[in-house]
Amino acid sequence: MLANYGYKDGSGDFFITIDTDKCNGCGKCVAICPARVLGLITDESDPFRDIPVVAVTEEHRRKIKYSCAPCKPTVGRKTLPCIYACQPNAIKHSW
Amino acid sequence: MAKEFWRWKEYNWKSPDKDWKQAKIITAGVDVGSVSSKTAIMADGELYAYSLMRTGSDSPQSARKTIDWAMDGTGLTLDNIHYVVGTGYGRVNIPFSKKAITEIACHARGANYIWGQSVKTVLDMGGQDCKAIKCDDKGKVTAFLMNDKCAAGTGRGMEVFADLLSVPIEEMGNLSLSLDKEPEPVSSTCVVFAKSEALGLLRQGWSKEKVLAAYCSAMAHRVFTLLEKIGVEKDFVITGGISKNTGVVKRLETELKLTALPKPPQYDPQLAGAIGAALFAKALVEKEKR
Repeated sequence: MLANYGYKDGSGDFFITIDTDKCNGCGKCVAICPARVLGLITDESDPFRDIPVVAVTEEHRRKIKYSCAPCKPTVGRKTLPCIYACQPNAIKHSW
Repeated sequence: MAKEFWRWKEYNWKSPDKDWKQAKIITAGVDVGSVSSKTAIMADGELYAYSLMRTGSDSPQSARKTIDWAMDGTGLTLDNIHYVVGTGYGRVNIPFSKKAITEIACHARGANYIWGQSVKTVLDMGGQDCKAIKCDDKGKVTAFLMNDKCAAGTGRGMEVFADLLSVPIEEMGNLSLSLDKEPEPVSSTCVVFAKSEALGLLRQGWSKEKVLAAYCSAMAHRVFTLLEKIGVEKDFVITGGISKNTGVVKRLETELKLTALPKPPQYDPQLAGAIGAALFAKALVEKEKR
């Protein structure tokens, strides 16, 4: 399942997409995120899933544009920490 | 007291020909939404009884009231129900539910039950948010996108407009379609700003119908951009309270160039979440038995 967290407003699209089929619940992205945007949860959208899944925390869902900003330099952008840490390649940012 | 134009009909229903005593598995789905609370009771995976009412300020109490009302006159008590799944905004706050599942999963599952397995895209237009959901032929979610940043484009926004324009909420959709020429949509995305904008238009001499049309088309456009992001595949259905507002639905269909499947006469699309939850409850009972 592609879980899109975030919003769209006058200034653009700000979504973090988690591919829950790829996410193995290892939690490496959670540990590496300096703003603590990500968290491990039991997947309430898939009652038959046994392992935890990563999600954008409730607290950050409506402000990820700002929460994620420090990791998004405008020049010389390197891979974002969360994307770098995710071995199964389950995380995508829309902006 | 002034007339409450926003007030919509609360009701309950029970199957006239089914008897729960014959059923092996009785489950319930309780959907405590931001504006309305719904309970669906299913006997062996078939809809047996339901209720639909307003959510009060106390969510455990609302959950209790809605399930009591659904059980009203059936002879059922909570002890007869094998498994209760909670969903919706208030899902974590339902004392008698065994498990909480998001409304995203429940709406997809419920839509699959109501309209059949051809459903690929579900748009849930609720009281306080709006969700675009894609699912497979079993009703399992494959992708979702949610907008809960503000109340524009939702049922709550419609209620505010019903009051502002003194139009009963059930009549708003058709009234907005009574114009020959479509006005420009209101530009505000926030419901509070949209209300001030609408008030300005009324004072300038716009008719109720015209303001309503402008608001409905703004709402339709907002939802359209959400759907566009996730990609719409046939068959497309709309659940939640706004699915009953023809003014929004028609305009959305025009923008999408796609018609939503009409609602089957025996089901209320506002109940999709509760039905989905009750179906999950049944699957969970079966899983426990294994």
